[in-house]
Parts: sequence; structure tokens; C-alpha cells
Amino acid sequence: MTPFATFCLRMGDNALILGQRTGEWCGHAPVLEEDIAFANMGLDLIGQTQQWFGMIAEELGQSPDKLAFFRGEREYLNTLLVEQPNTDFAHALMRQYLFDAWHLPMLEGLVTSSNQQIAELAAKAVKEVRYHIDRSRDLIIRLGDGSDESHRRMQDALDWLWPFTADLLARDDADAALVAEGVIPEGERIATRFAQETAETFAKATLTAPEGPRRTGGRTGNHSEHMGYLLAVMQSVPRAHPDARW
Amino acid sequence: MSPTSKTEFPLWEVFIRGQHGLAHRHVGSLHAPDAELAMKNARDVYTRRNEGVSIWVVPSAAIAASDPSEAEQNFAPSESKIYRHPTFFDIPDDIGAM
Repeated sequence: MTPFATFCLRMGDNALILGQRTGEWCGHAPVLEEDIAFANMGLDLIGQTQQWFGMIAEELGQSPDKLAFFRGEREYLNTLLVEQPNTDFAHALMRQYLFDAWHLPMLEGLVTSSNQQIAELAAKAVKEVRYHIDRSRDLIIRLGDGSDESHRRMQDALDWLWPFTADLLARDDADAALVAEGVIPEGERIATRFAQETAETFAKATLTAPEGPRRTGGRTGNHSEHMGYLLAVMQSVPRAHPDARW
Repeated sequence: MSPTSKTEFPLWEVFIRGQHGLAHRHVGSLHAPDAELAMKNARDVYTRRNEGVSIWVVPSAAIAASDPSEAEQNFAPSESKIYRHPTFFDIPDDIGAM
């Protein structure tokens, strides 16, 4: 696979898997307004997935639908962060916020990509993601600096999810090749923005990011134990009815 | 106070401006802890199908409403005052659309 296809697949898979996790809240969020807000975000992400997959459908010889629903677990290149289970609303919010804190500087960097298609996709997606992080950051601060219980839940979520942010920020040869061609922004630039964003927010939210081991592997197809279950749910209908149409 | 008021967020009324030049119109209500989150919720609940270009949110408690039991005395007297509509003037044809 070319570095370009690898990058687009990673971006698309991140959006797809987080969109699926976000969609799991539909009908289950704590209040109606959050339910709709989460569904909206999920749909934004699925829309982005379609565009990322559309760009590489020809190279990979597979339609966006086939890419989304008919690959095996090891062929998905999303980060470990986005596949982590919902657990409770705090985990879902924290996962969303950590992803947004990486996603926004990434898309802002891609707006000036030397690749025209990527630049156009990013220009549209960046508007959606500016709203996503506005919302997730606001709730992280309110609930982190809220009641004893909300603080405890947000800190638990951060303790669980923080180690997976290493996978968000990880870079390899495919990325280096694209940076050299001006297609994607430099990794350090995104890591710096991510560190600033999260440090400011956690200070306001009275939360502390944990020290300790960091986890990577999702970007190369080595997923956590939760991924198989997510795919089983997500793929069951398309696999049972592979030629179904709306 | 209603029995749910201790556990639910306060109610807000939402007004959306459909396009520039039109007035904000009442579209519904929602629950939120404060104005900032009411605004975000209004964006998600009421503008997701591209309904608007501007949002107002107002605490429902801030709205003084007419009493339904006084509807007759408030509104019935104007039913028979058709001369209050400006429909009795002859408009010259060459004025065109007004």
C-alpha cells in the first residue's frame, strides 16, 4: 500500500470506528440533548470516513462500503483510543475530547496540504471538528471541576484512556514520506498543539493525566480486545445481507 | 415548583432565524444547565437540518405568558372589529404591488 493510501485508511478508520462508538449512544445518552449531539457527531465522522475511503477506493480496488464492512480486524488501521468501549458517559466524553485535541490540529495542517483532494476534505471537516472540540472541552471542564462523583468519573476515564494517546501521536515511515512531500503536517507540530490543548483543559478541569506506560499498535493493525466485538456488531448486518440496498 | 425541578436542568425556549432578513421564530424548548450549553444544545437539536443562521435561547421562566382562562376577554373582542384591517381602501391600479 502507498503511504497515501495508508494515511487515508488510518484517517478514515479513526473516523469510522469513533463514529460507530459514538453511534452506540443513540437512544442511551443521559439526556435527550446529549443523545442528539452525540448522534450528530457520529454522523459527521461517518461522512468524513466516506470521503477518506472514496479517495483510495480506486487504488485499493474496493468501494468505501467494502472497506468499511468487509475487512478483518488486523486490516483496520485506527488508533487504539477510538475503539475503547463506552463504559460510561465520562469515558465517551474523554475519548471524544482526546481525539478532538489531536484531530483539530491534524485537519488544520491538512487544509494547506499539497494534495488538492485532501485540502478540500480538510477545509470542510475542520468546521465540524471545531464544534466537536468546543463541545467536548466544555463538558470535560464542567464535569471534571463538577461534583465529587463527576470528578471521580472523569479522572477514571482519563486514567484509562490517556495511555492510548501515544497511538494517536505515533508516526512511521509512511508519515515521514508524506511530510516530505508536504501532504501532511509534521508530527511534532501536532504533538505540541495536543500537549498545550490538553494541559490547559485538564488544569481548568482539575484533572491529572497519569504517568506510566503508553500503548501503541492500532495504527499497524494490532488492536485491543475490544475491537473484535465492535466489528462483530458493526459488520453483522452487511455480512448477513451483503447486497442489500436502501 | 414542579416535582422534577430538583433533578432536571432548567427549561429554555429556542428561537431560530431561518435566513437573513427574517425574524427569529420560536421553534421549541430544551433542557440545559446554563445559557452557554443551552446554545450548544439548540444548535444540535434545532439546526442539524440546516434550519437557521442565528439562535436565541431564553430561560422559559423569564417569559410572562397570557392566562388561557382570560383568552375570551383578551382576544374575543377583536374578532368583530374587521374595520381594523386596512381592507377598505381603493388602491389605484397603477400603484402595482404594495
